[in-house]
Amino acid sequence: MGYAINFGQVFEYLPYLAGGAWLSLQIAFLAFCGGLVLGLLGAFAKTFGGPILRRIANAYVVFFTNTPQLVQIYFLFFALPEAGILLSSYVAVLIGMTLNAGAYLTEIQRAGFSSVRQTEMEAAETLGMSRWQQVRYVIVPHIARVLFPPLSNHYILMTLGTSMAAIFGVEELTGRALNVNSETFRSIEVFTITGVMYILVTLVASAILGVAGRALFRAKMRIV
Amino acid sequence: MLDRILEEAPRFFTYYNLIFLGGALLTTFLLTAFGCLLGFLFGFLMAVARGTTGWLLFPIRALAFLITESFRRIPFLVTLFIVFYAFRGTGISWSIFWVALVAVVVIASSFIAEIIRAGLESVHRNQWDAAAAMNMSTVQALRYVILPQAWKVILPPAFSFFVLFIKDTALASQIGLVELTFAGKVLNNRGFSAALVFGTVLILYFILSYPMTRFGVWLEARFATSRHR
Amino acid sequence: MQHLDIVDISARYGSHQVLRGISLGVDRGQITSLVGPSGSGKSTLLRVLVGLLPPETGHVSFDGQRIDYSNKKNVKAIRDRFAIVFQQYNLFQNMTALDNVTIAPIKIRKRNRAEVIDEAEELLAKVGLKEKMRSYPDQLSGGQQQRVAIARALALKPELLLLDEVTASLDPELVSEVLDSIRQLAAEGMTMIIVSHEMGFVREVSSTVAFMVDGKMVEVGSPADVFENPKEARTREFVNKILQH
Repeated sequence: MGYAINFGQVFEYLPYLAGGAWLSLQIAFLAFCGGLVLGLLGAFAKTFGGPILRRIANAYVVFFTNTPQLVQIYFLFFALPEAGILLSSYVAVLIGMTLNAGAYLTEIQRAGFSSVRQTEMEAAETLGMSRWQQVRYVIVPHIARVLFPPLSNHYILMTLGTSMAAIFGVEELTGRALNVNSETFRSIEVFTITGVMYILVTLVASAILGVAGRALFRAKMRIV
Repeated sequence: MLDRILEEAPRFFTYYNLIFLGGALLTTFLLTAFGCLLGFLFGFLMAVARGTTGWLLFPIRALAFLITESFRRIPFLVTLFIVFYAFRGTGISWSIFWVALVAVVVIASSFIAEIIRAGLESVHRNQWDAAAAMNMSTVQALRYVILPQAWKVILPPAFSFFVLFIKDTALASQIGLVELTFAGKVLNNRGFSAALVFGTVLILYFILSYPMTRFGVWLEARFATSRHR
Repeated sequence: MQHLDIVDISARYGSHQVLRGISLGVDRGQITSLVGPSGSGKSTLLRVLVGLLPPETGHVSFDGQRIDYSNKKNVKAIRDRFAIVFQQYNLFQNMTALDNVTIAPIKIRKRNRAEVIDEAEELLAKVGLKEKMRSYPDQLSGGQQQRVAIARALALKPELLLLDEVTASLDPELVSEVLDSIRQLAAEGMTMIIVSHEMGFVREVSSTVAFMVDGKMVEVGSPADVFENPKEARTREFVNKILQH
């Protein structure tokens, strides 16, 4: 059985697919922001919390980082209704990705916290800085500089991760690719173009984050 | 939700269902393990290819660059679809496990190539110089000098990638491979409570992944203490 | 006929021209020292000689035979006859001192293992490291590492030994132990090209001193000539600076 490659028909759908890519970026951004907050709470709990709080944060991280995001979302989407909680596919995906991101971002941010060295604090103290000034001028800039590259990397990975929203019928880039595929049956072309669009989207995102990181935080960027 | 789980549990945890889930778990593990082992092999070749010099080897270098740089920016789900339909288009009728394996190998070799490249670069340039001055070929230098130093830098992140990918293979359910996630969907479709089924599936993934995560942490700590030997 | 004849060698790193037409002759059993300010291309010349950096122009002859550095076989052949000791020692970090010395003779030259080990033990004893044979580089001091590197080069039985600033990375108190090893080699009649900043040592052991600046050979002569009666203004300037220190 031969298959003649023909991109022409699929190119007509480029604007439609581009719209999907925009949605992918939005989902990744929302889930990332939610995950950042969750991760901040988790990192605080793990760094400064008491034994119980620490254990809870730890269990959260260990569970979510050792199970697949897809099955986590399956659970939210199919199992929660059994408890009377109905989520739309978009919301289920968003919550699932946020919870998952929160676990990974807890670990990343905790590592960032622990990179603040005692000597730096002592130096700040000898300069006569108040507690608040130490936080404002020493700790936060330091943490931002250390955290920006790994957070950027995770954001890029999450952008790729949004493709699993398609499985739940969300019409982001992969979801729209599935639609185009069932209309045109030009499967190889559709998914190749989709792949290229993911490459372009993440390259642009990497470039923007790289410039931002160097300009804002003088971070040493080496992004995926 | 809870009473439904309790009520269905005896019917769910039957010999047949457990065998079914166990087999699916094994498929998940084998897909990841074979995929990453082959990925390690091809990743190594690509890392070495990217390190070559001279215009004669330019096509190889360019190809390795293109593969590693592009497939790390394409979602695994999309790669699965590309490979799946490429097999269908060319009319090769491999079983779905092998199709999924090809997709895993493509992604794994792209990521592991970068891990290996970073590992090789962690060995100081002067080790290559000394090897060359003693008339070692590239292969001899890699074998006697570079790899014995680089593998401690390579192994921990490569193993982390393997553990990470156990979970990513859940996506292979989307092209119809009966691995753990697909098995969950089948049982759910047979009418079992989604909470019971996917809860069990989550726990099975955890049982597979968690010990390996711990092992990875141990590996990293162990190698971090002894850089040279 | 000179043992080694370097004629009009030029070389560059990318856009940076490092050597600009270097010519130099070396006689058998003679020690030639390359001196000059840092960045003058002395180390680069050694790298060219062992084929780590292909020259752009000029040629090198060894025992009257032209070496074609663009020819892999030629480079391999010359690396069987030349050995180099690097400034940073470049010992293989994954091997013991003994393995560092024996790896090339055993694995690359395929010589008899027991014989090579015997020789290596002798060489390590000669540089005063018999007790440190089983130590890894990171368990040795800089001076000890450098002497292992010298033993490693000698195990290749080179006809020409190149020493690249072998004392430059060492603490002052470790310099003399390495220089002693080189003195011993000089007494045995090994042909050597030495890049060094140890002017007293250079004067003592060399039969020829070559002064380089900016990738050019400024003056070549006996140590007495170059240090006491330099002909060129730049040599005089350099020597005066050194003597003031």
